[in-house]
Amino acid sequence: MHELAVAQALVEQVDAVIDQHRAGSATAIRVRIGPLAGVVPELLATAFPLAAVGSRMEGAELEFVHAPIRVRCQTCGAETEAVMNRLICGACGDWHTQIISGDELLLESVELETIPSLTPES
Amino acid sequence: MCDTCGCNLTPGNKHLAFKPAAKGATAVSVLKGLLQKNDDQAGHNREHFDKRGILAINLMSSPGSGKTALLEATLTALKDEFTCAVIEGDLETENDAERIRAKGVQAHQIVTGTACHLDAHLVHDALHHMDLDGVDILFIENVGNLVCPASFDLGQHLNVTLLSVAEGDDKPAKYPVMFRAADAMLLTKTDLLAVLDDFDPAKAEAHLRDLANPAPVMRLSARKDLGMDAWLAWLRDQLAAQRARVAIGQSRRPAIQGDGMKYHSVSA
Ligand SMILES: Nc1nc2c(ncn2[C@@H]2O[C@H](COP(=O)(O)OP(=O)(O)OP(=O)(O)O)[C@@H](O)[C@H]2O)c(=O)[nH]1
Ligand SMILES: [Mg+2]
Ligand SMILES: [Zn+2]
Ligand SMILES: [Zn+2]
Ligand SMILES: [Zn+2]
Ligand SMILES: [Zn+2]
Repeated sequence: MHELAVAQALVEQVDAVIDQHRAGSATAIRVRIGPLAGVVPELLATAFPLAAVGSRMEGAELEFVHAPIRVRCQTCGAETEAVMNRLICGACGDWHTQIISGDELLLESVELETIPSLTPES
Repeated sequence: MCDTCGCNLTPGNKHLAFKPAAKGATAVSVLKGLLQKNDDQAGHNREHFDKRGILAINLMSSPGSGKTALLEATLTALKDEFTCAVIEGDLETENDAERIRAKGVQAHQIVTGTACHLDAHLVHDALHHMDLDGVDILFIENVGNLVCPASFDLGQHLNVTLLSVAEGDDKPAKYPVMFRAADAMLLTKTDLLAVLDDFDPAKAEAHLRDLANPAPVMRLSARKDLGMDAWLAWLRDQLAAQRARVAIGQSRRPAIQGDGMKYHSVSA
């Protein structure tokens, strides 16, 4: 189950974002994921809370944006949708295509809770 | 599909689902690959290889498709021609590394324990236990697994994916992420084709093309020494290509890695 490794990488990255923005914690995390990334969103969603225990994003909401698979044909130039195991051109049927969407695994955005630095501690 | 993981978000409705930042909160855009740290380490590993002119090849397949047997036969055939070294990745045991050492070749075993794939950091640690001076080709035998090894760049120049004729010719259609990553596909154990006649090599190749993958397909049997010449010739060509790249300060990544980022970083 490599989703745990991916979840740990996600926690590290979000941690860096929290530091970078001098925030207190992350409350929502949005990940863009394509079917060809080889990471199953459901498994990542299950692994994330385990990886986030004790971190500054414990309890944060993890949301996925599902990227559709799209290919650009090198023969006819068309851009069409495709399914995972048939990445051929939807217009002319040629297999000389390039993936333009559907293989991404990106940390898209993070919602941060800022530290109320000006309020005195009580 | 389910409401808890957010997987029913689509590009069309996501703006509805992602509620605006609450008071005292800010939303920041990041747009970084989730495996960026692994990829950075992989790039560093690749520099180690390129500095020494080494060609690094990542071997992937299901458990038992014949990766170690292929290495044994390959190392024997190339013994007087090149200096090779091997990194073995397995969940448990030093068995595979011992099989390689029995051929008189340097081998380092990575025992991953529970991790079902190698990553760039594990490979870097292994490099520090090895003597890379004078090595021409480094083979990395990944953990037998058709799923996740394809997602982790190790710093290799080429991915070679094995498919034994005992497995079914539709494997590339069932494991597209893995087979899309192949720079060469080897159909192994072809000596068994006579008995396993439901495996059609042409179909396996057609499934690979359906993944928009132009990789060469070679048929061989490491045990019966069939078809090894084409594979060895391919290795020689690839080593020559690596040396030509190194001479002009260039490198190479496996065909698909990083492909996506090129587009997404501008479009997302
Ligand atoms: N008939 C036949 N059997 C083979 C051939 N190559 C390997 N085998 C057998 O297949 C089995 C597995 O071979 P290995 O080389 O250990 O496979 P592997 O991919 O390294 O396995 P893991 O490292 O466990 O994933 C062994 O019993 C080998 O003898 C071949 O060309 N022909
Ligand atoms: Mg093996
Ligand atoms: Zn076309
Ligand atoms: Zn779901
Ligand atoms: Zn180093
Ligand atoms: Zn894994």
